[in-house]
Amino acid sequence: MKPSPFTYRRATSVADAIVLLAVAPDETAAIAGGQSLGPLLNLRMTTAGTLIDLAAISELRESRDLGDAVFIGAGVTHAEIEDGKVPDPSHGFMRRAAAKIAYRAIRCHGTIGGSVAMADPAADWPCILLALNATARIAGPQGERRLAMDDLLVAAYETNLAAGEIILGFEIPKLDDTARAASSKINRKTGAFADSLAVAVRQGARSRVTLGAASIRARILPQTSAALAQGESLEALRPLVASDVAALLAAPDPYLQNLHATNVMRTLAEVLGA
Amino acid sequence: MTKIRMTLNGAPVVREVEDRTSLADFLREECGLTATHLGCEHGACGACSVDVDGLLTRACLKFAVQCDGRTVTTLEGLNQDRVTEALRDAFHRAHALQCGFCTPGMLVTARDLLLRNPQPSEAEIRDALAGNICRCTGYAGIVHAIALAADELIRHPRSL
Repeated sequence: MKPSPFTYRRATSVADAIVLLAVAPDETAAIAGGQSLGPLLNLRMTTAGTLIDLAAISELRESRDLGDAVFIGAGVTHAEIEDGKVPDPSHGFMRRAAAKIAYRAIRCHGTIGGSVAMADPAADWPCILLALNATARIAGPQGERRLAMDDLLVAAYETNLAAGEIILGFEIPKLDDTARAASSKINRKTGAFADSLAVAVRQGARSRVTLGAASIRARILPQTSAALAQGESLEALRPLVASDVAALLAAPDPYLQNLHATNVMRTLAEVLGA
Repeated sequence: MTKIRMTLNGAPVVREVEDRTSLADFLREECGLTATHLGCEHGACGACSVDVDGLLTRACLKFAVQCDGRTVTTLEGLNQDRVTEALRDAFHRAHALQCGFCTPGMLVTARDLLLRNPQPSEAEIRDALAGNICRCTGYAGIVHAIALAADELIRHPRSL
């Protein structure tokens, strides 16, 4: 239950972090809140020759209103979102969702950027930011680039971040005035990782429904999203949800099928006011 | 080894630590502060809860080097804290501990809850304790004690 030895370096700026990460990319890991990486290191499920701490980088803690979107820095913690300390593009939805992540002690340190970079298939922010159609801003040795959430997520603990790249933050489009958003998590106990995580955002043509913990990464449910966008009723959505869930499961499984479909239907009932 | 400086329970501390040393091991092994208990060492049990810069923290999920320059407060450092005093008294009255292993983490977590939410409902108390495991399963007494302490602090805000 103790990590194997590593060398710790504290990055002072984004530029500094990129230089430090480039020294030995295969043996170096970035750490922000460390609330997911810490357990993996302690359990020796992963090792690192050098840990580059991003927590002191003030640039990663900045958030701002962009007009039609909000930028939230990668180093913003779940608790800061829960407590409303950063601008909210989602009429309070992100605050409510943040409050459901793990436990308060974890939320005080775990960061939105770390959650996405870790890319646990059951994690909250990848699924939520995908539903909100967020775009990640990324910095690396080649400069800056932007990547939509759907293009950033690849598989379990795998993203399209290149060696030496870090997430600067996320541009999250503001929800329409009439939009409704909901998430539903099924887990064995309060704060445990999700057995199923569903997110629904209803706002006309930009409606989107996502599901986490069902496959190797959070996914958009295509048929369900399209039908929600067209204003279909809850009952009309039911078979499309079943079809989308079945397509995500690695193998047919009546229990998982029912678990995920029920969870998605809960979020749809909420955003439809049913 | 890395030299770190922190304010620990109100006093400055300077020590050399191995980079991989957790804050919890640092507190217990290097500083002799054994109120911080280690149960799971991967963030699930809450026995090692401490306060870092006013934030509720799992001491097993921070490395001591990450706390360089920070202010760390363990249960020992909350001896004169009025919320902790009310909680300690209520834990005694409500029989909110059996073996006592989880108790320091319960007290630190409950204090954090009452500072943010002085009048929590039973559901809110249970939600806040979800990350603190009592293997004696004495939750009923613990939840009751936190509600008692909240009442006491509301009724007698300056007597403690």
